[in-house]
Amino acid sequence: MSNIARAFTDGRGAPRKAFIPFVTVGDPTLPVSEELVVQMAEAGADLIELGIPFSDPMAEGPVIQGANLRARAQGVTTDDVFALVSRVRRRTDVPLAFMTYANVVHSYGIERFADAQAALGMDGLILPDVPFEEKEEFSLPLAERGIDLVSLIAPTSHERIRQIARSASGFVYCVSSLGVTGTRERITTDIASMVALVREVTDTPVAVGFGISTPEQAAAMAALSDGAIVGSAIVGLIERHGEDAAGPVGELVSRMAEAVHAA
Amino acid sequence: MSNSRSSRGRFGVHGGQYIPETLMSAVMELEEAYERYKGDSAFTAELSALLNDYAGRPSLLYYAANMTRDLGGARIYLKREDLNHTGAHKINNVLGQALLARRMGKTRLIAETGAGQHGVATATAAALMGMECVVYMGVEDMERQALNVYRMRLLGAEVRGVSSGTGTLKDAVSETFREWTARIDDTHYCLGSVMGPHPFPTMVRDFQAVISREAREQCLAETGRLPDAVLACVGGGSNAIGSFYHFIEDEGVRLIGCEAAGRGADTAETAATVTVGSVGIFHGMKSYFCQDAYGQIAPVYSISAGLDYPGVGPEHAALADAGRAEYVPVTDDAAVEAFEYLSRMEGVIPAIESAHAVAHAMTLAPTMDADQTIIVTLSGRGDKDVAAIARYRGEDLHE
Repeated sequence: MSNIARAFTDGRGAPRKAFIPFVTVGDPTLPVSEELVVQMAEAGADLIELGIPFSDPMAEGPVIQGANLRARAQGVTTDDVFALVSRVRRRTDVPLAFMTYANVVHSYGIERFADAQAALGMDGLILPDVPFEEKEEFSLPLAERGIDLVSLIAPTSHERIRQIARSASGFVYCVSSLGVTGTRERITTDIASMVALVREVTDTPVAVGFGISTPEQAAAMAALSDGAIVGSAIVGLIERHGEDAAGPVGELVSRMAEAVHAA
Repeated sequence: MSNSRSSRGRFGVHGGQYIPETLMSAVMELEEAYERYKGDSAFTAELSALLNDYAGRPSLLYYAANMTRDLGGARIYLKREDLNHTGAHKINNVLGQALLARRMGKTRLIAETGAGQHGVATATAAALMGMECVVYMGVEDMERQALNVYRMRLLGAEVRGVSSGTGTLKDAVSETFREWTARIDDTHYCLGSVMGPHPFPTMVRDFQAVISREAREQCLAETGRLPDAVLACVGGGSNAIGSFYHFIEDEGVRLIGCEAAGRGADTAETAATVTVGSVGIFHGMKSYFCQDAYGQIAPVYSISAGLDYPGVGPEHAALADAGRAEYVPVTDDAAVEAFEYLSRMEGVIPAIESAHAVAHAMTLAPTMDADQTIIVTLSGRGDKDVAAIARYRGEDLHE
């Protein structure tokens, strides 16, 4: 069982809903990011998405754009992020996936990036600007090293969902709403139908992200799928609390993880 | 590494569709519609009628006799896209896309703009066709091009300022893509250059190819032979690819793209993407980009807001790789000199973007023989730039 598959179990092999938080590495600082990751793992996160900062994050709303700016303002590089992961890996074995943009990986060298991921014990990679049609350039080198390139499906995917899900690995990232990342009061997409299409063709778990800001929303989305992903709500707390974010973030992650595990 | 089997819209290794899944259905719908209508006689007839009767095509191929005499070398012809309605080549593409959007049942156009020319052209087409229009523009550019902002509003468009990132063209493009992911059903993204995900680079090139289709015929009629060189300025590269396209098979015709070097291609303040950039993936395409060692997109600089973009269209990247087209950097100083030179010499004030191509013609023509010819595309007129050039020359002139 891959580490990402393990995130969707209770640790003894029985299926359990996964709670998946996101942070941008280097926001507000590298040392605080390290504490945040460890804190989130201890608070019950099943898989953690680590954002590698990018100058022009096209799929992000204002909150996560802000996190990218704060990290970039300190000059955080891909190598700095890798160094942080190697420190984190000495403290926790929680499943980890990078979230970044195609150019960050391409410029590092796709094979070299995949080698680094393998050496660091990183389990997955999420690239929101690489759709199904372009994925092999990235997914094949990663797969050779046992790392999953996560596939995304969106409310506009319709008949593409089965095709995408058939070759998905790790988990399927179900984008809950049109638009960019950011908290939303209501999610109106028919998530259940999207999940049903995935399940027609694969056992790969489905987690829902975009727009989830409360434990209640997280539980509701997890109830319709296999897990919930939360980014902007956590990054918003980091923006508000800065260096002192570990406490409030740990508290929110703990409430969200509990709600999701019970869903 | 080979590309995915199903990857579409490639020019060599460049191009592709690197966009969020949310937008895939929109670009596939667009591709389908474009494939269906590009050969549809009713569609092409309607577009031709608009180009001729509304935009004022065909544009002139003007023999610049004074300039030719003064430089003492190749005969110089100017392809006068500056004489089109709205004052630039942008209208060629916009009319095509607006017509296509209407065929697709879209009622709303969104667009990015840098200097404001593409925004004005899109607002114009939207007014003509009774469509809603929202233009995204960097807050820096809104300040630099206040008149164009008012022009767009006058035409009934809403202009939304973009303050993310550097507040310039690349951020306006990112923000327009973000808006498109939020509202797809009734909205077409009327992209202004030969960039972005497939089918934009191909479709926009086809709409701009009217420039070289006319220029080739006009040159043959006027001189009895093909030109020796075709010059055009390159930002994203739509007027350049339009100027090159029907000459690509004519191997004797040199194709020269003139990039904005800003304060020099050897400085950080440059936008000469092919000259100094490296292969990357951004704004939906694989191509050359100005970027740092970690793939962070670099802030770029040029006196010309229309060339102030860190990437270049994928077909240009492929033409550069194949050695079929040359790309040369032209500095702010050289472009401003050419701006003033053409104004005095021919009584034609070129857009500062187009002045980059004029500048290179000024160095190239004297090295060529009198029986050779150069076509320089004047992509736009320079009225919008007069105040900025005055300030560049130290005059306290504001619009």
